Amino acid sequence: MLTYAFYFLAFLAIFSGLMVILSKNPVFSVLYLIMTFFCIAGHYILLNAQFLAAVHVIVYAGAIMVLFLYVIMMMNLNKETEPHKNNYLRFAAVISGGLLLLTLLASLKGAVTPLEQQPYNADIGLIGNLGQTLFKEFLVPFEVSSILFLTAMVGAVMLAKRDKKEA
Amino acid sequence: MNIFQVIPLNHYIFLSALLFCIGVTGVLFRRNAIIIFMSIELMLNAVNLMLAAFSTYLADGAGQVFVFFIMVVAAAEVAVGLAILMMIYRNTNSTDINVLNKLKW
Repeated sequence: MLTYAFYFLAFLAIFSGLMVILSKNPVFSVLYLIMTFFCIAGHYILLNAQFLAAVHVIVYAGAIMVLFLYVIMMMNLNKETEPHKNNYLRFAAVISGGLLLLTLLASLKGAVTPLEQQPYNADIGLIGNLGQTLFKEFLVPFEVSSILFLTAMVGAVMLAKRDKKEA
Repeated sequence: MNIFQVIPLNHYIFLSALLFCIGVTGVLFRRNAIIIFMSIELMLNAVNLMLAAFSTYLADGAGQVFVFFIMVVAAAEVAVGLAILMMIYRNTNSTDINVLNKLKW
């Protein structure tokens, strides 16, 4: 049962990941990317990281992809206007992506063997344990990330604001 | 119910490597800046998946906390990146990255 769930989710994630970069219409790309994110959330549930799955769906499918959709709607890009790269460049892109995959697989194949699997603990992904880890071991990065968010917000508003002289 | 009794950790590594490479290929393959952004999101998610798998395998919560930080960085990056994209679109009326070649010479 778990095996089937894993392979189904993995196949669906890879298929929709490929469709993200292959579909011509940007709106379809966004929808396929949302499908990929839901598959990854399913993987998190399989890995017993329930809180992570919930946060992933809320943040990615709920916030980031809606932002993408809004921008596409505002730019009115739902036509197939994109001129394609010439065939040599696309061929080179596919070849280099495949070579990177080959390198990654070859180097990661033996990386697991020295790792000893720890005794399984089903409570790792629960919100209480994650909160303990976050606020005890990673308190400083947590505070710094709030500053990062504030900076990003100010920067986004600054950039997207229309110049007064222009208008 | 332990997932690693039926699925070896290697399968998760292969899956996330494959998703990462799809993202890299997408960045090289497309000219629309929005699709390039989406490919970057795909790469970040591949890394997140691998971190979560190792976190469960090693029974250590730190891996999942790293995923939260990556999500924070991704959200900030998307907000700023899409704002830059809006500005580019306002000035050039397209999101084609080949229009932005002024730094070439």
